[in-house]
Amino acid sequence: MAGFLQRAARAAFLAVALIWAGLIPAQADAPKPVIQKATKGEQCVEDTAYMRKNHMKVLNHHRDETVLEGIRTKKHSLKECINCHASETTGSVAKSKDDFCVSCHSYAAVKIDCFDCHSTKPQGSMAMHPLDAATAHYKHKLAAGAKQPVSVEEMAKVAQ
Amino acid sequence: MSEMNPNQETAPASPERRRFVGGAAAAAAGLAIAPGVMLIEVAYGRPEDQAASSAVRWGMLVDTTKCASGCNECVSACSTENGWTPVAESKHPKQAPQWIRKLELQDPLTQMQTSLPMMCQHCAEPPCVDVCPTGASFKRADGIVLVNRHTCIGCRYCMMACPYKARSLVHEPLNDTQKPDVPRGIGCVESCTFCVQKVDRGDGTTACVEACTAAGHNALLFGDMNDPGSEISKRLRELPTKQVRADLNLNLGIRYHGI
Repeated sequence: MAGFLQRAARAAFLAVALIWAGLIPAQADAPKPVIQKATKGEQCVEDTAYMRKNHMKVLNHHRDETVLEGIRTKKHSLKECINCHASETTGSVAKSKDDFCVSCHSYAAVKIDCFDCHSTKPQGSMAMHPLDAATAHYKHKLAAGAKQPVSVEEMAKVAQ
Repeated sequence: MSEMNPNQETAPASPERRRFVGGAAAAAAGLAIAPGVMLIEVAYGRPEDQAASSAVRWGMLVDTTKCASGCNECVSACSTENGWTPVAESKHPKQAPQWIRKLELQDPLTQMQTSLPMMCQHCAEPPCVDVCPTGASFKRADGIVLVNRHTCIGCRYCMMACPYKARSLVHEPLNDTQKPDVPRGIGCVESCTFCVQKVDRGDGTTACVEACTAAGHNALLFGDMNDPGSEISKRLRELPTKQVRADLNLNLGIRYHGI
């Protein structure tokens, strides 16, 4: 009995210590990242699961080809990621905390350097200019009119 | 060779030099005849999945006799295309990035005035590339000298090595004001890129050249110096041109007429 009490006290002390140290969140669920749906196309250039895990490898590979050799294919280009994934409200992928890139990266606590140099907005902001040949692809976005952030479950459904 | 460059015959040349020039001309002619069609295709219609080719060498001819004193069209066009703040509008003009600048020169003896744009000369043997400790400063296959900002550590060694003061360091955060086609950022060195985004798109020209032509001065001409049929090659054959600091033997991509 004494042993049990001792063990329980030790466990309680450990739990309190961990909460205090911030290792276990006091609240059960950390806020999940908001994944906004890209409405320009139906499907990403790669499988969604693959992209979630490997987008950085894909981007780095394309980066070297583009900078060093001048190969500017659209697939795997950061510019095209931004064109598709820019938020409708901010027009950016990294301006507010719910924007596509920032949302997951702050959840995973991984700092992104891309936007120290790269613009976070697509070419020709859709908010400021009427649709023309260069921004015509936004009509899908505007037509979809999805003002609400899309949940992970909904995103999964779309991926299927 | 003699039809192409009559001056060569009149100038006293040593037998060694004569032999070398002849050999170089033969090599150039071979390039021109055999894959002639290919060359032009590569220059102007390079598919986006194809790497820049060393068959092309991009270059620019600056005709200072046509360059108008006080005109700043090329500089503002560059600033608009590439998204750098004009120096006059900058909070810190002394350290503001500047990819191209206008120089007004005067001969102290004759008082003759010359106006010309000065920017990265896109050397074939660039000192900035020689000194870069990380390999960030590099020359692309088609002769365009660039900075890979992913590896640039901002040490500014290249700025000191450049004889033309063509490079700048970005001192201030840019706060997402960059152009989507032209990434640039704090702590990296940058300079004229020959509008590489336009070249890769197949425009075959640069923002400064477009602006100079639009303003009616026609002082700038951009093109492939390796293609003997290109407009720039024709003009270079006809006009006497100079390289700035030719004594450094850097083989510049920008040639000036009238200096």
